[in-house]
Amino acid sequence: MDNAALKERILGLVPDAEYQENKQFLTFIIPPAKMHDLAFKLKSEADLAFDFLFCLSGVDMVKFLEVVYHLESTSHKHQLELKVRTEDRVNGAVDTVCDIWRTAEFHEREAFDLVGIRFNNHPDLRRIFLEEGWLGHPLRKDYVDEVNIVEL
Amino acid sequence: MNFSIYDFTSFTQWIDKFLYDNLPAFWAIAVEMTLIGLVILVFYALVGLFLVYAERKVCAFMQNRVGPNRVGPFGFFQTIADFVKLMMKELVYIKNADKLLFNIAPFIIIIASFMAIAAIPFAKGLHAIDFDIGVLYVIAVSSLGVVGILLAGWSSNNKYSLIGAMRSGAQIVSYELSVGLSLVTIIILAGTMQFSAIVEGQANGWFIFKGHIPAFIAFIIFLISSTAETNRGPFDLAEAESELTAGFHTEYSGIKFAFFFLAEYMNMFIVASIAATVFLGGWMPFHVSGWAGFNHIMDFIPPFVWYIGKTFFIIWIMMWFKWTFPRLRIDQLLTLEWKYLLPINLVNILIMAFIVLMGWHF
Amino acid sequence: MKEVIHLPVQNVEEEEYHINMGPQHPSTHGVLRLVVSLQGEIVKSLKPHCGYIHRGIEKMCEKDTYPQIIHLTDRMDYLSAHINNHAVCMLVEKALEVEVPERVKYIRTIVDELNRIASHQLWWCSFGMDMGGLTCFFYGLRDREKILDIFEESFGSRLLHSYYTPGGLMMDIHPDFQKNVKAFIKYFRKKIKDYDELLTGNIIMQLRTQGIGILSKEDAISYGVTGPSGRASGFACDVRKHHPYGVYDKADFKEILGTKGDTFERYMMRMDEMLESMKIIEQLIDNIPAGDHTAKMKAVLKLPAGEYFQRVEAARGELGVYVVSDGNKSPYRMKFRSPNFSNLSVLDHISRGCKIADLVAIGASLDYVIPDIDR
Repeated sequence: MDNAALKERILGLVPDAEYQENKQFLTFIIPPAKMHDLAFKLKSEADLAFDFLFCLSGVDMVKFLEVVYHLESTSHKHQLELKVRTEDRVNGAVDTVCDIWRTAEFHEREAFDLVGIRFNNHPDLRRIFLEEGWLGHPLRKDYVDEVNIVEL
Repeated sequence: MNFSIYDFTSFTQWIDKFLYDNLPAFWAIAVEMTLIGLVILVFYALVGLFLVYAERKVCAFMQNRVGPNRVGPFGFFQTIADFVKLMMKELVYIKNADKLLFNIAPFIIIIASFMAIAAIPFAKGLHAIDFDIGVLYVIAVSSLGVVGILLAGWSSNNKYSLIGAMRSGAQIVSYELSVGLSLVTIIILAGTMQFSAIVEGQANGWFIFKGHIPAFIAFIIFLISSTAETNRGPFDLAEAESELTAGFHTEYSGIKFAFFFLAEYMNMFIVASIAATVFLGGWMPFHVSGWAGFNHIMDFIPPFVWYIGKTFFIIWIMMWFKWTFPRLRIDQLLTLEWKYLLPINLVNILIMAFIVLMGWHF
Repeated sequence: MKEVIHLPVQNVEEEEYHINMGPQHPSTHGVLRLVVSLQGEIVKSLKPHCGYIHRGIEKMCEKDTYPQIIHLTDRMDYLSAHINNHAVCMLVEKALEVEVPERVKYIRTIVDELNRIASHQLWWCSFGMDMGGLTCFFYGLRDREKILDIFEESFGSRLLHSYYTPGGLMMDIHPDFQKNVKAFIKYFRKKIKDYDELLTGNIIMQLRTQGIGILSKEDAISYGVTGPSGRASGFACDVRKHHPYGVYDKADFKEILGTKGDTFERYMMRMDEMLESMKIIEQLIDNIPAGDHTAKMKAVLKLPAGEYFQRVEAARGELGVYVVSDGNKSPYRMKFRSPNFSNLSVLDHISRGCKIADLVAIGASLDYVIPDIDR
């Protein structure tokens, strides 16, 4: 499916998705509440068949926290980028997609550990790289650590 | 005094007469027993040292490298340096370990292999214990070693050691069957269980040639099962370095570890000796019946040299396939024994018995 | 800070016990802690604990300039160091719309493939060693030394070179490079037959790897297992074929796919890949065009604001580099999608019901490098 048809399809599934200009991928910003349903349809519908989640990143954009999903279909070869944003920096939560793409289990743990985004219904949401008792989320822009970070 | 390297009986009888002439009977026997014990101890230690060095060199040449070559000429004294180091290491005290069992375990293994070595004939007349049930005695006594391994694994208070000991226990107990049955094949051919009689019976041809096909099969099975018995080669998962760190002797250090280490090499020597004695003629030179001139030339080489040569040849084969093959998993190992080796062994015994009855051997 | 790990306790039966294949273990190939729940010898479940070598590379990238980031990427999956460098270099070049000379593309492709062979040689060494055939370790390393000698001659170091820079290469290749590479290929084609005789054809090795750790195609896609491990299950994920870069589209090579997805197939994938890499190098080595070894780049590289993504085929799978740039000389956010991270996540799933010895074999066949997992 080419990008124009794909764009129509996605907007058909989630009318209040916001299209974002991006040279490389077809990008949409999805409201957090609609993400899980959309993800399910993206994987299960035969003409979409997005079965390969090849990157899940957490980004701290100061005003909001963002989760970026890069998807590909192994059968149709089309690619898609989705973003989900949450403004709450303390308890911001997004629905997990690890029941749809199993790779998300580890990637979401990493996003939680380093950026601090929580994922609802995740089977085992705990820190993956840092110790259990670590305070703070290092990849946030307001993270301060006098001991471990040396400012040059 | 008639002392020849071809027949040690004159030498041993000379010592015996000397002692009995000069000491009361009780003390003569006591001195004799001490002497034998000392000789075996020294032999054990020296051969052990040499075998460790040999293993490192053989392994190095197969892996395209040189091996120890710094300590002494060609690295000959490397093992001595290793043992001095091991003797000086701290004996680590394990909390919550069963102290009595922990300390006894290495000794049990060493005692078991001592008792087995005493029954092997090294040359004509150099034979410490000559039972008429020699083969049975050796098999029985060398299986005491498994008690030491199980005790070591259990008393270490360590999950890895326990897993290693359990695996090893299952393995040794299973393969004893194959070892015993393959030796039974030759006993049928030889007609006796006494080691000296078995060796004498090979004066005109080794049993592996006399008994042709069943003897050869028995030899192969014996090699495989005895490698498994001694926890060596492809069957070394009891101490699988890449999985369980060091298996049942993980928690041992210093001289106790040296005991386990030494016992492994000496067990290998013992099984190679038994193979050499029972299948390849022990200290008998290589004779072909009918070729008198050839036999005469072969007789020039002293029996002791023959025995050592054959034993080390088999040891070299065992080392060769240790460093070539990957390791078998515990269930594959037990499958090999119970589903393949045991039935083959039983059929082999039947064939051999039939051949002996019919007189179809050389 | 004291580490207290509370494992979620579900259905712990009476005979289950936990064993720790701790951070120091001969066969986890790096600092990875696996808490394995066993029943006798059977693995019931396992939980990997990563983070022992987490160095905060992504955080450091936010303060470093793009040429400095190349040096950090070397240290992630150090066995495919060049390929990691390649990803970041291509991303910067595409973002700045710089066209690198053909010579650079040829050399980068050849060096990438040499790196892939070296990485697979080291994998083979340690696979044999984990199985118990210690001799394999020395044979593989002996042959890998030849590649490292070529690298040392041209780039100056054996393992972590940082040879690629945005725009081209740090310096041109040594005049003897082509001759040495051709000599190596001739030498290695003979030696790889030894590898097959020593390990592949060995009945013990086949018994221990066939039918073990089966990963189905759907699971491979769902867990994101790429590289030879994913291709063994039938997942056609070779980035060199599907999203070609460098001069891979000019070379004729097969994408090797398996069907069964067991440990033996994963093993055979890598052995066949070494042969394919040699084929690629042979086709390209004599045709390196003359030219500059670098394009003209500004002194300070500032990527225009926006997002960029670059995918390459590292030795272990698909490496993705995702950059969010705000126009400065350092990225605003740099995320590395590391292949080993996803490959590790499938270890629990495929090792249920197998024995400890099989666990070691499965781990060796997935071929993970821990610094890449932890970054």
